[in-house]
Amino acid sequence: MSALPRPAAIVVARPAIAGALATAYLSLIVLIPLAAVVVESSVDGWAGFWDAITAPQAVAALRFTVIASSIVVAINVVTGTIIAWVLVRDDFPGKRTVNAIIDLPFALPTIVAGLTLLALYGPKGPAPFDIGFTRVAVLAALLFVTLPFVVRSVQPVLMELDREMEEAAQSLGAGGFTVFRKVILPTLLPAIASGAGLGFARALGEFGSVVLISGNIPFKTEVASVFLFGQIESNNTRGAAAVSVVLLLVSFALLLVVSWIGTRTDRHAR
Amino acid sequence: MHVDASGRHSQPVGDSRAARLTLRAIALGYLALLLALPVGMVFYNTFADGFAAAWESVTTPEAQHAFWLTIVMVAIAVPLNTLFGITAALALVRGNWRGKTIVGAIIDIPFAVSPVVVGLALILVYGRQGWFGEWLTDHGVQVIFSIPGMVMATIFVSLPFVVREVVPVLREIGVEQEQAAQTLGASPSQIFWRITLPAIRWGVAYGVILTTARALGEYGAVAVVSGKIVGETQTLTLHVEEQYQQFDLTGAYAASVVLALIALFVILSMNLLDRRKESS
Amino acid sequence: MAIEVRNVSKAFGDFQALGDVSVVVPDGSLTALLGPSGGGKSTLLRVIAGLETADAGEVLFDGEPVTGVPPQHRDVGFVFQHYAAFKHMTVRDNVAFGLKIRKRPKDEIATRVDELLKLVHLDGFAGRYPAQLSGGQRQRMALARALAVEPKVLLLDEPFGALDAKVRKELRDWLRRLHDEVHVTTVFVTHDQEEALEVAEQIVVINEGRIEQAGSPDELYESPATPFVMGFVGPVSQLGDQYVRPHDIDIHLEPVDGGLQAQIEHVARVGFEARVELHLADGAPVSVLVTRQQAAEQELEAGQIVWLRAHRFHAFAEGELASA
Repeated sequence: MSALPRPAAIVVARPAIAGALATAYLSLIVLIPLAAVVVESSVDGWAGFWDAITAPQAVAALRFTVIASSIVVAINVVTGTIIAWVLVRDDFPGKRTVNAIIDLPFALPTIVAGLTLLALYGPKGPAPFDIGFTRVAVLAALLFVTLPFVVRSVQPVLMELDREMEEAAQSLGAGGFTVFRKVILPTLLPAIASGAGLGFARALGEFGSVVLISGNIPFKTEVASVFLFGQIESNNTRGAAAVSVVLLLVSFALLLVVSWIGTRTDRHAR
Repeated sequence: MHVDASGRHSQPVGDSRAARLTLRAIALGYLALLLALPVGMVFYNTFADGFAAAWESVTTPEAQHAFWLTIVMVAIAVPLNTLFGITAALALVRGNWRGKTIVGAIIDIPFAVSPVVVGLALILVYGRQGWFGEWLTDHGVQVIFSIPGMVMATIFVSLPFVVREVVPVLREIGVEQEQAAQTLGASPSQIFWRITLPAIRWGVAYGVILTTARALGEYGAVAVVSGKIVGETQTLTLHVEEQYQQFDLTGAYAASVVLALIALFVILSMNLLDRRKESS
Repeated sequence: MAIEVRNVSKAFGDFQALGDVSVVVPDGSLTALLGPSGGGKSTLLRVIAGLETADAGEVLFDGEPVTGVPPQHRDVGFVFQHYAAFKHMTVRDNVAFGLKIRKRPKDEIATRVDELLKLVHLDGFAGRYPAQLSGGQRQRMALARALAVEPKVLLLDEPFGALDAKVRKELRDWLRRLHDEVHVTTVFVTHDQEEALEVAEQIVVINEGRIEQAGSPDELYESPATPFVMGFVGPVSQLGDQYVRPHDIDIHLEPVDGGLQAQIEHVARVGFEARVELHLADGAPVSVLVTRQQAAEQELEAGQIVWLRAHRFHAFAEGELASA
């Protein structure tokens, strides 16, 4: 009986050991490397950190990334809610397929996503306009990769939404748009917000889909991650680490907000 | 049908025919312009010069090597992350150990980190000048600009999927089935193989599919740590970029089509599993 | 196999689920652990099974302490409140599970499973999955699964709690008959006093983590040890410091020695009986059960002033029993 327990037995009967193993793996792959980024950014002290993140090219890249992500999220909130609505409340031939296609941006490699947009809307594409190497191209790429977030977060809530509540509102004299604004929208809001938050975090760090289509023109179409890539290639890891820390902080803050919304909504539902 | 205060007939929200058709047109139009048409365009471009040309461009030695390397990434990252995912999920749901809350909170971090930052982070620890660089060099191990680093980058970005899928399933099934097996004489490992694993299998399968899709498709993190050495450290996604930069558009499109077909297959599997999960 | 629980305590955080509990379950008996929800009865059952570890005290099987023996090796059959059916296995595989774990020969397993399925009236359902069974069928499958390994003790946690009234009644009778056939020491948890009184040979009343009383159904009903037991096993009215069953109170139309004056509020005639609702001079409500005939003879009606006297009552002084 005192022989070493079998691996499967550890997982079931010794959660603390399983937890320690999981933590070790997480540390080697994720935590230690991220800690290294933070340490590297602080080697030259606060002044060095500040200089790195206020370098004109860095500021331009960060500013453009945040603005582009904000625009993209705003568009997602509207289109994502409409798409979720249509998928839940409408019915038309091919709806199943359309519903499945929503996940394509999650499954399709980002580099391919960028290439597909370039194929249609790029310089050699058949579209009547050419967005290649413009800021609009960056927006398009970010819209592509963040499409599923709001849709997939709103859809389940909409499905469970109590139709009786809407009918009750209507029986009290509310018109179609009033019902949407006063009854449905408040219920959907937490889901929309959490989808938007996740989409924003994704857009902030996006690289693969942007790298081909944006042309990576500094001060114009260069996003933060592309800027970082350039810094790493030219061996300025310290500056890259400082900008990375800024990105990490914003992303973590967003994740915290999203999980806070989640727990708050859970409590509300009970 | 209800009559509202102003005496007009009102209908269930969104059931007004005009409103419904407008919303449908907006949704489908948006999806067509953003998703369907661009992806369709890549398929069209790939086969514009005929199937033979496309086939030739995805069977060059570089392309074949890129395929092989991508499979290596998946073959290492997916099993490891699956093991980790099941272990971590069980520890998080069933255990009560110190640090559990923190680990539960940070397990999603890889989703919030830019792929380029992932690459930088790995370089800073495992690179030649990194924290473990000297020790690794002394032991003749090269991680960065080599396959181990690319595997680590792939593991990093695809790490949370299995945990995320399995945790809710474990919560839902509870511990009663396992306790029943216990009173019937099953040992911990018999309980795992005969009760726990079969009960969470669809969740695991879903997680594995998502992990595989992400591992196949990762570009940024792998690009940073690979050094992009053609024929050596080039995965399929890096190959797409390389061919595009070399103006071999057919090669880039054709490799993209391969990746897109895999993505479609992934989506199909997810849908089948969704139905499986609903019926069980 | 006889079970003895000695001075067992168990706390979950700040909540004391069991406080110094001692119980003896005789070999071959059918015992009910009866009490309100959250009173600790399920915890006691799980401590006996080894699914919960006691903070203090010990459990003995046939005089042998089993503390530290994992549930796998205690030879208990446990039936969970929500059945804990193995959802991915057929009924046959569910029942065969314990036998397969014990690596019994295939043909022996097949024969035994068929026997058991017949015993629980599930022959013909062997190939189904739990999801395709009704609640009552799932419960019987869980019983067969627990019995398959020939446990020395059968433990059932609220076995009929999740079933509707009719099925519950059927399964109760059936459990009683099954126990007469199989004779395995059986302990079941219930919050339903009718269920306990009807099925069990011995009842242990547990409240707030303590044993209130253990005894046969008759003992509990006739000589309750505490007001709680008296109230839990049947209806009770209070005349001053006397605890009385409603059918043990006489209604007098004239003042009597030791009688308390009361006013009738309502008379409800239900079948053979008439339930008379009254209130005493101090406003305390009292229920009295008389025969329909008596109610008619005394011409009982709302508003009437009468005198009540118990011909049989219990008085409890600081836990001491003083029956008359």
